[in-house]
Amino acid sequence: MTAPTSKQQPPQSALNPGFILKKAVISAAVAFVLFSLMIGLRTEAGPTGELIYWTRFGDLAAMVATVFVGSIAIELLRYWWGPVGTDRFVPPAVRNGIATAGRFIAPALLGFTLLVPVIFYDQRYILDLGILVLTYVMLGWGLNVVVGLAGLLDLGYVAFYAVGAYSYALLATSFDLSFWVCLPLAGILAALWGVLLGFPVLRLRGDYLAIVTLAFGEIIRLVIINWQSLTGGPNGVSGIPRPTLFGIPLTAGDDGLAAKLGIEYSPTHRIVFLFYLILALALLTNWVTIRLRRLPIGRAWEALREDEVACRALGINTTTTKLTAFATGAMFGGFAGAFFATRQGFISPESFTFQESALVLAIVVLGGMGSQLGVALSALAMIGGFELFRGLDQYRMLVFGLAMVLIMIWRPRGIIGHRAPTIYLKQSQAISSDLVKEGHG
Amino acid sequence: MSGDTLLAVDQLTMRFGGIVAVNELSFTASHHKITALIGPNGAGKTTVFNCITGFYKPTSGTMRLAHDDTGAIALEKLNDFRISKQAKVARTFQNIRLFPGMTLLENLMVAQHNALMRASGLTLLGLIGAPSWRIAEKRAVDLAKFWLNRVALLDRADDAAGNLAYGDQRRLEIARAMCTEPVLLCLDEPAAGLNARESAALSDLLLSIRADQGTSILLIEHDMSVVMEISDHVVVMDYGVKIAEGTPQHVRDDPKVIAAYLGADEEEAIAVMESGS
Repeated sequence: MTAPTSKQQPPQSALNPGFILKKAVISAAVAFVLFSLMIGLRTEAGPTGELIYWTRFGDLAAMVATVFVGSIAIELLRYWWGPVGTDRFVPPAVRNGIATAGRFIAPALLGFTLLVPVIFYDQRYILDLGILVLTYVMLGWGLNVVVGLAGLLDLGYVAFYAVGAYSYALLATSFDLSFWVCLPLAGILAALWGVLLGFPVLRLRGDYLAIVTLAFGEIIRLVIINWQSLTGGPNGVSGIPRPTLFGIPLTAGDDGLAAKLGIEYSPTHRIVFLFYLILALALLTNWVTIRLRRLPIGRAWEALREDEVACRALGINTTTTKLTAFATGAMFGGFAGAFFATRQGFISPESFTFQESALVLAIVVLGGMGSQLGVALSALAMIGGFELFRGLDQYRMLVFGLAMVLIMIWRPRGIIGHRAPTIYLKQSQAISSDLVKEGHG
Repeated sequence: MSGDTLLAVDQLTMRFGGIVAVNELSFTASHHKITALIGPNGAGKTTVFNCITGFYKPTSGTMRLAHDDTGAIALEKLNDFRISKQAKVARTFQNIRLFPGMTLLENLMVAQHNALMRASGLTLLGLIGAPSWRIAEKRAVDLAKFWLNRVALLDRADDAAGNLAYGDQRRLEIARAMCTEPVLLCLDEPAAGLNARESAALSDLLLSIRADQGTSILLIEHDMSVVMEISDHVVVMDYGVKIAEGTPQHVRDDPKVIAAYLGADEEEAIAVMESGS
């Protein structure tokens, strides 16, 4: 950025009162239609069940007037300020500082996460929240392989989470297998289902692929509900064994870890253990994904997202490449599912609704598709932030939705939108999000 | 099939519904030679290319590619990625198809996918960072550097491909195709949108590829200066059929070719030629 900013701005157009007024009137009219029923009329069920209602025209008028004046004010502000960009509000020096700090975010975050159980040892709530956030970080990283790297829009990711959870629950309760035996099995089973899903949907792209994966997620849930003899149907599976530290249970008994170490037993031990377990699983996901990106298979995923036709012309088997992306993403989903089952001790189909898929997808999109750090930050913001708004009660969803809209306006390609190259000769330069494709299917 | 024939296209027909895009086309391309396929817009040149490179399955006809080790390969029986992987036919596109969000180096690494996939033990050896994989990766980077150097883009290796100027993108696409180490390189209008200087540089590049790598080239091109300068053999198409073939000199003087390009019939073309000379 060498050119002064004043040169980059187009000449300001003249103030046009007619246009501003017209815009304000239209906004006010839309507000009137929208709020006349939402605010103007208040309905409630009366004591005997009949409908009672009263009008609040004063509030309605105030609302419409606010929109009218607000619209004028925004237009005037726009006129005075000129085009608004980040470089207008954030001086280059500060931005460079942020960029430098950005390199230390990931190690700092990891260091802090490692210390969370030490710092917040007495606060069960924070520890539980940390486990929840890390579960979603792991799910986000898993889905990132499919959506962020390979560019395949998957709306049914929760299916693999469910397969993993039920695999562990059923294997552990029926065959008394330990968590550490079931964990890889759950991952393999989920990956198998990923391949099964992959085969029929490979020729589909974009919206069609999204709808089929959405259907797949629902099918898995319905099968779980209706296959009573195996899955217990809506009652779920209970009494799922808790994880052990390689055979040593974390219980108060004589053979428990506390007794063996000669320290006093506390139920927090198990929570801390679960925290480090999911942290290890999430870091494994991250490590494998970073590794895969630098291997031919990972580059083929990204190339597939960029241009599928060119991939075919270069002799890349797009079918197996897509299948491996599905299977890898599904496997991590399966691991996360197994962890979920062992943490809860009880699972039912209600935990695996479309809402979960949507939440994980939102984490990936908000974080910046393909960016590992972005996904982790957005999982923290989405799950942790949602808890932060708990005090707002009924307005929680509203504030949360507004925050998401604002972030997407500010950063349309996610918190971390740029792409880091997987290999370089001299210097690794971040690639602007304008050049990176989102993928077509 | 004679000894120096690399690709023999025989009676190739491609129909889209009722439209016959290519009708019983036969031609050959020789080893270590540059063969040009020319013709007016809509003559069916790109359709022929799409058949040869596996993007279309021809309605009828055969395409035989001679291979030193495996004998002849029937291209019409292979589909999409196998043409590049097994038959070693690489192509570029009329509208450039790079991976714009990946760096130049990454683009050329993706082109070596199949070789690297084998070297990485289908990912497993690569995941544990086995020494054999590291050596193979280094060799792949060296090949990429070699081609970046050949197309004069080595100093931009770490830039995003989408940031390159148009002419550079054309050259990068050729470098990417060459990284698959093909026996036949199919170029769909490589000089489109290039200025005279860039066209001349492209001609030099293609001639050097033929001379140094021994790669045969099949070329669709409208830029006659390029075609006439570098081609060893020219095939002219119009309305899906071959109307002439031969040396550039021979084709240039053929009244049928001139008629096709002028959109006139043959007698008028002869009249134009005679009045001109």
